[in-house]
Amino acid sequence: MSTGNQELFEVFVRSKRGLDHKHVGSLHAEDHAQALEYARDCYTRRSEGVSIWVVKSSDICASQEDDRESFFDPSDDKPYRQATYYPLPKEVGNM
Amino acid sequence: MTAVQQQDIIDYALRLGDDSLVLGHRVSEWTSNGPFLEEDIALSNVALDFIGRARMFYTYAADLMGEGKTEDDLAYLRDERQYQNFLINELPRGDFAFTIVRQLFVDVFNSHFLPLLCQSKDETLAAIAAKSEKETRYHLRRSRDWTIRLGDGTEESKQRMLNALDELWGYTPEMFEPDALEQRLAEAGIGVDTASIKDAWLRDVSAILNQATLPVPDAEWAIRGGRTGYHTEHLSHLLSVMQSVHRAYPGCQW
Repeated sequence: MSTGNQELFEVFVRSKRGLDHKHVGSLHAEDHAQALEYARDCYTRRSEGVSIWVVKSSDICASQEDDRESFFDPSDDKPYRQATYYPLPKEVGNM
Repeated sequence: MTAVQQQDIIDYALRLGDDSLVLGHRVSEWTSNGPFLEEDIALSNVALDFIGRARMFYTYAADLMGEGKTEDDLAYLRDERQYQNFLINELPRGDFAFTIVRQLFVDVFNSHFLPLLCQSKDETLAAIAAKSEKETRYHLRRSRDWTIRLGDGTEESKQRMLNALDELWGYTPEMFEPDALEQRLAEAGIGVDTASIKDAWLRDVSAILNQATLPVPDAEWAIRGGRTGYHTEHLSHLLSVMQSVHRAYPGCQW
């Protein structure tokens, strides 16, 4: 087995019309066209989907573990970012 | 359906089943040996499509034969001389280029054969053809892409494709030489007159080879015999492997 010149692709499958594409896995291929063919073989042979996206893994820019704090900390010290911080007039009722 | 015609249809379904089973087995030999994981899976899927096709043709033949015959009897209990597949289908799988060129020839053939069989007056044959036609569109897309990739690829891949073309070309005329049985069925609107699709086949194959910067072979040699039960030395080996479990444990089931 060799995957010499091949690139890694991420595969997204839409399971039903109206739903969004979900990441299902990755595979190796020479180019987008071949990646699409292999995605069909690897991920949709049991009628899992109605649409496939393939994206070069190298084109995905991902957040890094090191940046976790600056990216995802909830900023609890800034309550005005939450809707519940603001009092509602009585007439509005339950929003 | 007259008794004579029924026997013709049985024979016809059998040879179409033989074509599919023998090629399906050959392609299945790539399973776990594919050049890389994704292609291994893709080839295994193609093999399954052909074996599924064989099951439908055999089941239909067995139903018409009656006497409690099953698809397994037809796949596992017939000998070499009773198989009537095209010789091209039984050749050992060779290298990857050989597999791709054979697949290209067969897939282009099927892309013209199956749409005609869809119009068969025999409803079962038409239904099997309709299901298979969809698969063939996908198979052909694969074999065309690979032919272009390898033909217009590296020096080595091109050389391997040239070798495969040389070795396989003489096995293709057999696909377009309907015998008396096939002519009778074609005239009755049940079978396909394969001579009528030869030009379309050559046109399509030539166009793909052109795109792959490969020459269209002009070799004059032609080998035939599969439809009359005369095979290469390779079929008996294939059958002995494929049938060994069933012959050792008759009637065994998974």
